[in-house]
Amino acid sequence: MQQEVVLALLAKEPSHGYQLRTRLRQALGPVGDAMNAGQIYVTLTRLEKAGLVISEPSAGAADRPDRKVYALTPAGQQRVADWLTEVSWPRPDLAEFHLKLVAAAAAGLADPIAIVDTQRRELLRRLRDAQRAALSEPARSVAGLLLEGIVLRLQADLRWLEACERTWTTRRDDHE
Amino acid sequence: MSEAGGTAVVGARALRKEYGRDAGLVRAVDGVDLDVAAGETLAVMGPSGCGKSTLLHLLGGLDRPTSGELWLAGQRIDRLGERALARLRREAVGFVFQAFHLMDELTAAENVELPALLAGVPPRKARRRATGLLEQVGLADRAGFLPSALSGGQRQRVAVARALANEPLVVLADEPTGNLDSESTLDVLRLFDSLHTAGQTLVIVTHDARIAATADRLISMRDGAFIDQTRLTGGSTGTLGALAGLEG
Repeated sequence: MQQEVVLALLAKEPSHGYQLRTRLRQALGPVGDAMNAGQIYVTLTRLEKAGLVISEPSAGAADRPDRKVYALTPAGQQRVADWLTEVSWPRPDLAEFHLKLVAAAAAGLADPIAIVDTQRRELLRRLRDAQRAALSEPARSVAGLLLEGIVLRLQADLRWLEACERTWTTRRDDHE
Repeated sequence: MSEAGGTAVVGARALRKEYGRDAGLVRAVDGVDLDVAAGETLAVMGPSGCGKSTLLHLLGGLDRPTSGELWLAGQRIDRLGERALARLRREAVGFVFQAFHLMDELTAAENVELPALLAGVPPRKARRRATGLLEQVGLADRAGFLPSALSGGQRQRVAVARALANEPLVVLADEPTGNLDSESTLDVLRLFDSLHTAGQTLVIVTHDARIAATADRLISMRDGAFIDQTRLTGGSTGTLGALAGLEG
């Protein structure tokens, strides 16, 4: 779990770890199903060591991490503010797949179309999984919005695979 | 491959459909073998002109093959007489088309009850059934509307209700989301998904990956032939979390 995500979850108010987990679960829906429940405590401990978070045991409880109330320090608040304005967007790694097709065709080691077909099968299975999850979310749910993003990305990738297939089919036919 | 017709709802062996002749010969469907099991949702994907619509028309008995065997509901239909074929088609097949093909001058309920009336179902019973089907597709409150007063997605849902009017063994859909925006597409996806869950046998030809992804099995078609076949039910190789960038 990214440290800034946990910090930002604390920005609303000082909270127990399990409250953060509930907020995460609501935001992620089925996408967060496979998340390790202990991960958030590992991250909180790291954040505390880094001075971004302080903790206090809640009244009457022993020194157990799941009983502590966590809060942002001023440095933690600054980090959250920086993170929110930061521009970050994952870069899709298209070049590797593209070069795989180029190399397969050039060396005659494998049929680029067969590689495209295999990739398409996997993407369609992912699309099916994501879509089934999306269809079972209530309308306008926050978690549904994340699933919609997954579905749209997979559709874009599948459209690119169509273009790959067209081009490599034409090139193969030209060589025959 | 085993003898078709047994448990399969739809079956084809060495199915061909050709148009034109000599240099102008087009093999729209070029030697297709296919079995669709009861309760299965099958999607056939391919670019326009690959022969998938022609295939669907052959499977539903709307068009005759040039050669090959064709089975529907346990009956060989490629040599069936015109009247017997028309009756079987009416009883066993529901069609959904890209352009909806609703009757503009009839209300939603009248469109849905039409196939039942044509099959000789008494009017009151046909109306009752139409009402139930419109409810099932979420349009109970639009029963008295003309198609022109409905959105594209609502029209397609009426068309699906109509396809179900005679409780068909199989629903054949030709680009059912082809004319829809993404919001309406989602409505139709939900509807097909619920039909699938209810055990309706479905064959969908499409180039829309979203609707294809609701299927159990997916066939890729090029130049009249099947080039790839895959089960989608096995699940992908990762979790939804990995797809969203949560892990790894």
